Amino acid sequence: MNKEYTYIILVDDDEDDRLFFSEAFDEIKISTKIRTFKNGVELMDYLNTEESMLPEILFLDLNMPKKNGIECLHEIKADPKFSEIAIAIYSTSSSEEHIEETFVSGANIYIKKPGDFDTLKKVLQEVVTINWQYQTSGLNKENFLLKM
Amino acid sequence: MKIFVKFDFSTVCNKILEEKLDETGLKYKIRSFGEVEFLENISKQDQKLISEKIRDYGMEIIENQKTVLVQKIKDAILHMIRSGEQIHVKASVYLSEKLGHSYGYISNIFSEVTYTSIENFIILQKIEYAKQLLIAENLSLTDVANRLNYSSVAHLSTQFKNTTGITPSQFQKIVSKRREIGNKKIS
Repeated sequence: MNKEYTYIILVDDDEDDRLFFSEAFDEIKISTKIRTFKNGVELMDYLNTEESMLPEILFLDLNMPKKNGIECLHEIKADPKFSEIAIAIYSTSSSEEHIEETFVSGANIYIKKPGDFDTLKKVLQEVVTINWQYQTSGLNKENFLLKM
Repeated sequence: MKIFVKFDFSTVCNKILEEKLDETGLKYKIRSFGEVEFLENISKQDQKLISEKIRDYGMEIIENQKTVLVQKIKDAILHMIRSGEQIHVKASVYLSEKLGHSYGYISNIFSEVTYTSIENFIILQKIEYAKQLLIAENLSLTDVANRLNYSSVAHLSTQFKNTTGITPSQFQKIVSKRREIGNKKIS
């Protein structure tokens, strides 16, 4: 059946953001395993390595050096072997245009980075909980769109 | 030469199960397919023993009975939403009658296993069905609201927005743009 935990990857060039993100999962009831990368190049190298375990949810920061979030999104959506990964855009931008563009390009979730740690915990808890229902109840991931 | 054998799957399984359970000396009855009732409480050791005896035949005890109950609850919820059957009682009454347990009992187990409440799960499933009707059958929002027994279109829209963060029309727009891109790639 399913694994007993949700495997999550975050790609973000900001060290503090990576730290807060990982800490936010400590108190969440659903067990998670978190791995982080500093930029899109590192992420794509990992995903394209044969033996790498693929995450259930991938959080992508948009503005990153070397390869940005949108470029990663396009590469991932172009490869059918990644079709099971739920993609969450994790960004400081809240422009409606940006949001629609990432959804159209295949993102499932759009999160505007919250300003404080408590909100971050709440938001991530909700995302993981809803994703868990998709994971365990055979819901159609193609229709999975969530904006937080 | 070759011969061909026809066999009945459930007879085979029940026969093996009977043989193995007889070896334990426990008193039992095989109820329906895959359901065994013991006439007394059986210990952890006995369960382990049974597991070992049936393992070679590719059989295993479903460890978590809560998981089984939760699956039944989910099936009942899907039936409630999708069958088109007119249900005139509250969801809590419907589920507790259908499952044969009090609502308090099933809702506690449901939250424990799924990390969400039955109420939230019902809303999520209704919105998923609404999405499907909107894009696959091209129904109007009014039709969808009627089909899903919402008191008004506004109520459906609000619940859609609260659940997904976007409005039904934004959802439709995104899906149709995705399709356009997909079509361009194919042609």
